Amino acid sequence: MFLGSECLLFGGLISTYMLYKGRVNAGPQPDQIFDIPFTSVSSFVLLMSSLTMVLAVSAAQRKDERNMNLWLVITALLGATFVGGQVYEFTAFYREGLGFTTSLFGSSFYTLTGFHGVHVSVGIIMLMALVGMNRNKRIPGDRAEVVELVGLYWHFVDIVWIIIFTLVYLIPS
Amino acid sequence: MAIIERSITSTEVFSVATPSTSLGALKRPVASTGWKSWLFTVDHKKLGIMYSAAALFFFIVGGLEAVLIRLQLAAPNGKILNADLYNQMFTMHATTMVFLFVMPMAAGLANYFIPLQIGARDVAFPRINAFSFWAFLFGGIFLNLSWFLGGAADGGWFMYAPNSGPIFSPSHGIDFWALGLQITGIASLAGAVNLITTVLNMRAPGMSLMRMPIFTWMQLVVQFLLLFAVPVITVALFLLSFQRNFGATFFDVSAGADPLLWQHLFWIFGHPEVYILILPSFGVISEVLPVFSRKPLFGYPFVVFSGAAIGFVGWGVWAHHMFASGLGPVSVAVFSISTMAIAVPTGVKIVNWTMTIWGGKLEFTVAMKFAVGLIVLFTIGGLSGVTHSVAPSDTQQTDTYYIVAHFHYVLFGGAVLGIFSGFYYWWPKVFGKMLNEKLGSWNFWFMVIGMNLTFGPMHILGLQGQPRRMYVWTEARAGEGFFNLGMWNMVASIGSFILGIGVLMFLVNIVYTHKSKKIAISPLDPWDARTLEWMTDSPPKEHNFDVIPQVSHLDEFFHRKYETDSSTHSVKQVHSAEEVMAELNAHPDEHIHMPSRSYWPILLALSLPVIAYGLIYNRMLMAVGAAMTLLTMFGWSMEPSTSPDDDFDPPAPGEGGGHTKELSPLG
Repeated sequence: MFLGSECLLFGGLISTYMLYKGRVNAGPQPDQIFDIPFTSVSSFVLLMSSLTMVLAVSAAQRKDERNMNLWLVITALLGATFVGGQVYEFTAFYREGLGFTTSLFGSSFYTLTGFHGVHVSVGIIMLMALVGMNRNKRIPGDRAEVVELVGLYWHFVDIVWIIIFTLVYLIPS
Repeated sequence: MAIIERSITSTEVFSVATPSTSLGALKRPVASTGWKSWLFTVDHKKLGIMYSAAALFFFIVGGLEAVLIRLQLAAPNGKILNADLYNQMFTMHATTMVFLFVMPMAAGLANYFIPLQIGARDVAFPRINAFSFWAFLFGGIFLNLSWFLGGAADGGWFMYAPNSGPIFSPSHGIDFWALGLQITGIASLAGAVNLITTVLNMRAPGMSLMRMPIFTWMQLVVQFLLLFAVPVITVALFLLSFQRNFGATFFDVSAGADPLLWQHLFWIFGHPEVYILILPSFGVISEVLPVFSRKPLFGYPFVVFSGAAIGFVGWGVWAHHMFASGLGPVSVAVFSISTMAIAVPTGVKIVNWTMTIWGGKLEFTVAMKFAVGLIVLFTIGGLSGVTHSVAPSDTQQTDTYYIVAHFHYVLFGGAVLGIFSGFYYWWPKVFGKMLNEKLGSWNFWFMVIGMNLTFGPMHILGLQGQPRRMYVWTEARAGEGFFNLGMWNMVASIGSFILGIGVLMFLVNIVYTHKSKKIAISPLDPWDARTLEWMTDSPPKEHNFDVIPQVSHLDEFFHRKYETDSSTHSVKQVHSAEEVMAELNAHPDEHIHMPSRSYWPILLALSLPVIAYGLIYNRMLMAVGAAMTLLTMFGWSMEPSTSPDDDFDPPAPGEGGGHTKELSPLG
C-alpha cells in the first residue's frame, strides 16, 4: 500500500522531468554528459541485487539464517555500489558544468535521480537493520515476513530505476 | 504486525537488555494515568480524542482568522489589516481549516470509531498511529510558528507560482507552509496505511465488507484517496522547497519553466482532497439519519458504491479548477463533463438520505438537526458547484466570491455540520455524558443562520464581480440598490459573528456538560443505535470489547435488539441494550494483551520539525534532526510492539469484570 503511494511520488517526479527535459536553455545537454556504459553497469549491479534479495527471502523462508544474512549483506553491498556509482556520476556531471541550478534539466534530473538514490540508501539501511536484528535474534513475529516486506520495497526501488533509466538515459531527447 | 492485546495496562516489565534501554536509557513508559499516559499512549481512543481536541483548537484559530477577514471587509476601505497581513490571513485561514481542522478531525473520528465499529481492539499499527497524531500536531504547530517568525505564508492556500517564489514572497512564511504541510502529509499517509490495513484485516468475525457500518466505509474510501493524493502534493511541495531553498527553477518562467506544472500537481492532489474533506461527514450523517429515523439506511449498497464512485471520479476532475488558465478546448470539455458526472453519485447519496428519513419516525435531536442541515446546505453548495462545471460560466466566476460561497456551502454546510452532528451523536459514547440538547439546539440554529448570512450573500457579491482575496473594496464601484456590495458585505460580516457565537455555544456546552454535577452518566444506548460501537461500555474500556462479537447482519446491534414479526412485518424490541451486552459478555476473554506504550512515536515525530526548521535557518540543525530521525527509527524497530508475554505476568485478570484493574509496575 505504501508502495502504491510511492508510485505516485515517482510518477510526479518523472512527469516533471519529462516536461522539462526538452526545455533546456542553458548548460550541458543530456546527451552530452550521460555516460551510458557506466550507468548501464551500475544499473546491472542494482538489478543483480534484486536477485540476491530473492535468494535472501527464500533463505529466510527456509529458516536458513546463515545464508539469509549472507545474501542480505551482498544485496546491501550491491546497493551501496550503485549509490557510490551515482555519487561518482553526480560529481562527474557537476565538473562538466551541470549544477543543480544550472538549468531546468539539471534541477529535475538531480531531483529525480536524487530521490531514487535516497530510496536505495534507505533500503540499504533497512537491510543492515535486518542483519543486525537477526544477529540479536530480535526480529519479532514471523521472520520471513519481515524480510519479505523489505524485499518488496527493494524490488520496487529497482523497478523504478528501470523506468528512470529507460526514460532518462536511453530515450534520446 | 501482530496485534496482540492485553488487558492490564501497567504491568509490563521491560527487559534490561532491550536496545531501547542502551540507546539513551529509554525504558518503556508505563504510566496509565496522568499526562504521561497521554503523551506516550498508543491507544486509538486516546489518540482519537487528542486528534479531535487539537483539531478543535485549530478550528478556533482558523475561525478567528476568518472573523478578522470579515471585519476588514465589512466596510469599504477597511483599515483593520494591511494588504500583507490580509494575504497571510486568508492563506492561513484556508490552510488551517483544511489541513489542520477538517482533515485531523476526520482522522480523529476515524481513529476512535473505526476499530469500535468493526469490532477490533485497536488499529493495526498502534505506534504508527501515535506517530501520525504527533506528526500532525507538530506539523500544525510548525506551520503556525511562522506567524511569530517574520510572517506567515501569503500565497493563497493553493500557492500558485509565481506568487510562491522568493521574489513575491520574501518572508519565510511559504517555507514554513511547504514544510509544515510536508509533515502533516507524512502524518496523513501513515494514518492512511494504518487505517486501510485495520479495516481490511481486523474486522470482527462475520463482518463482510458489505456488513460494515457506512461511516467506516466512507473513511476507507477517504484513506485510499489520501494514500494516492498525498504523494502528489509531496512532490509539489518538494519542488517548491527546492526552488525556494536551493535555487532550483521548477516554476520560474524566466528559466523556461511552466508555472502550470504547479497548478496541475496541486489540483491532482487538491480535488481528491475536497472529497477527503467531505466523505467522512457523509459517513457520519449516514449513521445518524437511520438512527433518528428509526429506519435502516435506504439503499446501503448504493451509498457505499456511490462513495467509491466519488473516490474514483474524483481523480478525473482536477482541471476544472484551472479552466481560466487556457488549457485548450478539448481538456476543458473533458473536464467539464467529468465534473458534471461526479455530481451523479453525490446526488445518489442525497436521494438515499432523503429516502431514509421519508416516512421514518423522526426524532429531532441536535445530531439529527445537524444531519438534516447538512443535506439541505450541502445540496445548495452542490448545485452552485454544478454551475462551475459549465466552463463558460466558470470562467466568469473564477476568483470571485461566488467560488468562496460555493466551497463554504459544501465545506461548512457539508463537512463541518457533519462533524458537529458526529459530536452530538458520539459524545455520550466517548465521554459517557450527553451534551446538553437545549444548548445544542441554540448552537445549531446560530451556526446555520450565521453561515447562511455569511456565505449566502457571497453568491451575490461574486456574481457582481467582487474578487476574492482583495483586501479592500471601494464604495465608488460598489453598485446600486439590491446589488450594492456594501450592504451584502455588511450582512456577511454580521453573519460571521453569529456563526462565531454558535461555535462559542458549543464550547460552552462542553464545559457545562463536564462541570455540571447535575448531568448524570448517560445510559448505555441513549439513541437506540444500530452499530457495533454501541455494544460496549461508554466510554469503552481500553481493550474495547470484552468479547469480540460475531457479526451476522449489517446493523448488528439493531438486529440483536429487535426482531421482525414475519406475519405483520412489524419490528419489535425483544432485548434491551443491557441484555444484549450481558449476553455478549457472559464469557469475557481473558489475557487480552494490548500493545504497549512507547516513547518512539513522539520522538520520531519531533525530529521532523527539527529537520524542517534546520532547512530554513541552519543546515547543521538539519543534520541533527536527520540523526534524530535515524536513531529513533532504529530504536523503534528494535522495540517489539508488545512487551513479551512474561512481562504481563502475572496476567491473571481475576474475575470476569476485572479487566480494568490496575496492578502496580513490577519492574
